[in-house]
Amino acid sequence: MNDYQHSDSFDNLFELYQEVIIDHSQHPHHFGALPQATHHAEGVNPLCGDTLTLYLKIENAVIRDAAFQGHGCAISTASASLLTDSIIGKSIDEAKRLFEAFHQLITSEKETAADNMLGKLIILAGVKNYPARVKCATLAWHTLQAALRQDAQPVTTEA
Amino acid sequence: MLDAKAIKKDFPALNQQVHGKDLVYLDSAASAQKPQAVIDAIVEVYRKDYSNVHRGVHTLSERATRHFEAARETISRFIGAQDSREIIFVRGTTEAINLVAHSYGRHCIKKDDEIIISEMEHHSNIIPWQLLCEQTGAILRIIPVTNSGDLDETAFKKLCSSRTKLLAITHVSNAIGTINPIKALIAEAHRHNIPVLIDGAQGIMHQRVDVQDLDCDFYAFSGHKLYGPTGIGVLYGKTKWLEAMPPYQGGGEMINQVSFEKTTYANIPHKFEAGTPDIASVAGLSAACNYIQQVGFEAIHQHENALLHYATEALMTVPELRIIGNPTERAPLLSFTVEHIHAHDLGTILDHAGVAIRTGHHCAMPLMKRYGLAATARASLAIYNTQHDIDVLVEGLHKARGIFKR
Ligand SMILES: Cc1ncc(COP(=O)(O)O)c(C=O)c1O
Repeated sequence: MNDYQHSDSFDNLFELYQEVIIDHSQHPHHFGALPQATHHAEGVNPLCGDTLTLYLKIENAVIRDAAFQGHGCAISTASASLLTDSIIGKSIDEAKRLFEAFHQLITSEKETAADNMLGKLIILAGVKNYPARVKCATLAWHTLQAALRQDAQPVTTEA
Repeated sequence: MLDAKAIKKDFPALNQQVHGKDLVYLDSAASAQKPQAVIDAIVEVYRKDYSNVHRGVHTLSERATRHFEAARETISRFIGAQDSREIIFVRGTTEAINLVAHSYGRHCIKKDDEIIISEMEHHSNIIPWQLLCEQTGAILRIIPVTNSGDLDETAFKKLCSSRTKLLAITHVSNAIGTINPIKALIAEAHRHNIPVLIDGAQGIMHQRVDVQDLDCDFYAFSGHKLYGPTGIGVLYGKTKWLEAMPPYQGGGEMINQVSFEKTTYANIPHKFEAGTPDIASVAGLSAACNYIQQVGFEAIHQHENALLHYATEALMTVPELRIIGNPTERAPLLSFTVEHIHAHDLGTILDHAGVAIRTGHHCAMPLMKRYGLAATARASLAIYNTQHDIDVLVEGLHKARGIFKR
C-alpha cells in the first residue's frame, strides 16, 4: 500500500484518475485508422498541443464503426476511447444527444435525468472539479461534432 | 551564498497552501512571484504620488513624472544602457518585439531581405516576423538547433549575408533552458552589419545584462518574470536606431506639435510611448530592479546554478524520466518527460502535492517538433527556491508514477 493513497488531497485525485480511466488511457479501444471511414475530422487543443483524428463509418445515419488516432493526456485518450465505445451502433441523433449529456456531466454541478443515458461515460464526472482539464475530456467530442459536419478545418477546443 | 529561506519570506504569495500542502512554486519562468518591496512600491504610487505623467503643472503630476523618469534611470542603470532615453516602456517582451517589427521592420525591410531567427524561439519572437515577412515579401531564415539543444553556430554563419537585415534571437530558451552565446552571435552579426534584437524575457533575471558590453541593438524583456508587475516591460534600443525609426503607435504623449497639416513627434523615448503609461507598474519594476540588485547577481547565479545541479541529479533518479536537451550552458530550468505519463497528467498530480510546474508546449511549438514532442513538464527555479522544493517535486513524480503503474 502506498502512503499517498491515504493523504486527503490525493483522494480527490483518485476520483479523476480512476483505474478504468488509466486503463483506457493505457490501452485505448478502437485506436488506429479506419480504412472504410466515411467521415473523419481532426481536433487540436492549442493549449497543450494534443491532437486527435476521429474516423467514423456511417451508414443510413447510423454510426457503424469508429476509431481514433493521435496523442494526448490520460484524460483525453480515455475520453476518446470511451467515446468510440459508446457511439458505435448509435444513430447520429443519438450521438448528438449523448454529446449534450456528456457536456452537462463534466461542466455543471447539477445531476440531470440525461445522466442515465451516459453509461460508463459517467466515470469521467470527476473532471468537472478540474476546470483546466475539461478541454482534455471534450476534445474527442468536439472532434465528433466536426466529423459529423464533415469539417475540412481542424476543430479546436478554443472557441 | 544567498539565503533562499530568508528570501522566500519576502514573497507573501509563497506563504500559502495548495490542496493542503505548502506551495512549492516552480513556474517562475512563466511568471515570477513578487516581493513585498514591489507590492509596496505599487501601493505607494496609488496612495501618495498618483497622477498622470508628463501632463500637468500641478504638484502631484510633477511628483508622478519625477518618479516615473527616475524609474527609467534605475532601469537604464540596471541593464547598463548609456542613456536612459534608450529605455522604452512597453507592456512586455511581446509588445517590445512587435514594436521593432512594425517600426524598424516596416520601414527598413523590403522584399527579398532576410530576417534570421532560430528554431528555439518563443512564439512571440516568431510570429511578429512572420507577419512582417507576409507584409513585405521578406524571407525568414531559421538557425537550427542541435540535439543537445544548442544553436547550430556553423549554420548561423552560413545564413548571414548582405541580404540579412536583422537577427532576432532569444537570450535563453524558455522551453529547455539553453543560454545562447549572444555576445559572440552579436559580434558575428555585426561583422555583416546585421543589427541584432535579443529576446531577453528569460535572460534578464538570471545574470547581469550589460547592453553596452553585449553591443546588442535591441534588448526586450518583461517585468513580470523579473519579480516585477505584469503589464510592464522594456524595449532597450540604441539611440541611433530609435531616432531613425518612425513611431509605433500614435496618440498623446508622443508628439511635439500637432496640426492637421503636419505633426512633429516627441524625442525618444516618448516618441514610442503613446498614451498614458502603466505608471504604477513602472514604479513596481524599478523596485524589482532594486530588490534584485540588493540580492546581487553573483549570489543569484551561485544559488540558482547550485540548485539546478541539485535538481538535475535529483530528477535523474526518477525512473523513465528524460530531461530534454543538454545544452552547453543552461539557465535554471529543466524540461522533462516521464515515459507513459502525459505532461498534463503530471501537472495535475503535482498540483495535488502543492507543486506548481508548467506543462505543455511552452509557446515554442517548432522546438517541440524538433524533439518530436507534443508537450513537456518544466520546472523553473528562482531566487526563492530551495533544495527542499526539489525534494517535494521528486516525491510528487514518484507518486505520479505510482498512480499510473497500478
Ligand atoms: C523567451 C520568451 N520570449 C517572450 C516571451 C513573452 O513574454 P510576455 O508574454 O511577457 O510578453 C516569453 C514569455 O513566456 C518568453 O519566455
